[in-house]
Amino acid sequence: MCTYETSHVAVEGAGKGADGWFPVTEATVYFDHPVAAMAEHTLNLDFLNRARGASARVAVELDATSAYALAQAILERLEAAPPALTGELHRR
Amino acid sequence: MRAMDEAMRAETVKFAGHGGDEIEGYLGQPLGGGPYGAVVVIHHMPGYDRESKEHVRRLAAAGFLALCPNLHVREAPGASPDDAAAAARAAGGVPDDRLVGDVAGAIAHLTALPSASGKVGTIGYCSGGRQSFLAACSLPLDAAVDCYGAFVVEAPPPERGLRMTPLLERAGDLSCPLLGLFGADDQFPAPAETARLGAELTRLGKAHELHTYEGAGHAFFSVDRPAYRVEAAVDGWRRVLAFFGEHLG
Repeated sequence: MCTYETSHVAVEGAGKGADGWFPVTEATVYFDHPVAAMAEHTLNLDFLNRARGASARVAVELDATSAYALAQAILERLEAAPPALTGELHRR
Repeated sequence: MRAMDEAMRAETVKFAGHGGDEIEGYLGQPLGGGPYGAVVVIHHMPGYDRESKEHVRRLAAAGFLALCPNLHVREAPGASPDDAAAAARAAGGVPDDRLVGDVAGAIAHLTALPSASGKVGTIGYCSGGRQSFLAACSLPLDAAVDCYGAFVVEAPPPERGLRMTPLLERAGDLSCPLLGLFGADDQFPAPAETARLGAELTRLGKAHELHTYEGAGHAFFSVDRPAYRVEAAVDGWRRVLAFFGEHLG
């Protein structure tokens, strides 16, 4: 693949980039060629803050199996967390 | 004309791109007197990176003026190539009209150099392969090389929501001979797609050479990626230099 097919997610949180922590406002998710991972295709995650410029970015490239396992682990942890702590999530 | 000692000068330059915007590019010049043909190198989707600049230097060592515009500089001035590519992706990619304008600006810069012969070609990789074809259908060129560009023939599947449009209906406007280098294992573009491209160019009477390498997939020229396939890349470089030598020499 070599496409611009990208999912955009508005996020609230913080990420640690080359210049330290910064607020993240957007995540992009795409399955395409990696920059550094030793695979032909990877699931790529970028956490961005466009207002702070292109270098405000936390990037991860994972092979498909790892990315799937990670996504499941995220959902498992969220679903196992006490609803009192994730109330906003459960109201969605 | 090849510089006998392969001496060159390579550096970042500024020039006017689409809409008169000042953009940057990486320029390689053989240090002989010329006259030299010129090549615009259109970088792959991962950006204006070290390996793209290596392509510029290799072309300069072979006796061509070569300039690779940074297609992502507007989204990310001063950023590293991978951050800039991510920013360009987040913004929806490089618009076709802007690409053509940036290539036209690169051509103007190249042909104004004192050692330029006036002949100009393009070469592009990955998304740049499609963009090389687009440039050749939009601008007067002497040669164009498409290295595994997807969505030249087939439209992206509609559910993907991509704004890239196929270019086959533009093939009648192709202004120069086309060299296409593809991998048999690639799905974007798949061999059936590149076969359609060849058939259409034959029907239109457009000069072209298309080669599909067995055992290679997408991005086989990328020496820093697992996709690298040495046999395809070595033969591909041989064909690229011969093609530019014939049409830009």
